[in-house]
Amino acid sequence: MESIKIERTRKTPNVVFNAETGKIQIEGKSIPENSIEFYKPLVDWLEEYGKTPQKQTEVNIKLEYFNTSSSKCILDVFKKLETIHKTGNSVVINWYYEEDDEDMLEAGEDYQSILKIPFKMIEMEE
Amino acid sequence: MSFDLQEWYKKNSKEKILYSYLGAISEQKISDILDNVEDILTENGENVKLLKRVYYTAVETLQNLFHHSEVPNSKIDENTAFEKVVAFILNEKLDEKYHIITGNFIKKTNLRILKERIDQLNFLSQEEIKVLYKLILNNEEFSEKGGGGLGMIDLVKRTGNNLNYNLYNFDNDYIFFSLRIAI
Repeated sequence: MESIKIERTRKTPNVVFNAETGKIQIEGKSIPENSIEFYKPLVDWLEEYGKTPQKQTEVNIKLEYFNTSSSKCILDVFKKLETIHKTGNSVVINWYYEEDDEDMLEAGEDYQSILKIPFKMIEMEE
Repeated sequence: MSFDLQEWYKKNSKEKILYSYLGAISEQKISDILDNVEDILTENGENVKLLKRVYYTAVETLQNLFHHSEVPNSKIDENTAFEKVVAFILNEKLDEKYHIITGNFIKKTNLRILKERIDQLNFLSQEEIKVLYKLILNNEEFSEKGGGGLGMIDLVKRTGNNLNYNLYNFDNDYIFFSLRIAI
């Protein structure tokens, strides 16, 4: 299965989805006007990956900002990961937030409360 | 007397402003404004928490303008072409708060639902807003314009402040809608 690598732009994050290592990373800003267009290929990739996932999938989310339409799409990404987790595979979501960015921590906690999947909240020092 | 956009803009740009824009809105324009807003706040040495809140508010309000502004049937004024014209103003910090003011034209037929939504959000407590946010986040529907219906709720949730709006009659079919948010 091919990996996904997308370079960051002014409005979309850097994305690396690697099926061989089971490492998934989304990093940067996610504020596109049309979030569905950006996230649909990622959700589709996870659907495919979920058929033969690695025993351990590590997800690193390091977002500086995301808009509300991205927030729904990110939940869709997490729901695919939750399905993988439910089938007995290990999935951990590392949710990074900048020191003092309480809103980003709270956003991660909102996802954590909606999903049945392990989250680690990791504060990054400035 | 009919609504005069230039007068409204002048009046609302009177206070000390950090950034203001009146003109057509596009994806490119939104990126330019956001870069400017981020640079200005960073140069001002604003703390991470407030800088991000102001930036978020700018993102959501600008994207609301982009998705929901209309072009009136009648000409706005002699200098303005028939295009999706919007206003965005970021004021200097006053009493520890920044203020963002936006303005755009909307159809009168869409006014009732917008007013109801804002009035309802302003009525809810911060705890109720948080519950509503999670409910709508987890609801799988997207509106036809790509918004998830979360934008306004998120503005109130993040800023902890009410959304103040004013309405100005423009012509038989259109209203100029201005929104002011303290952050």
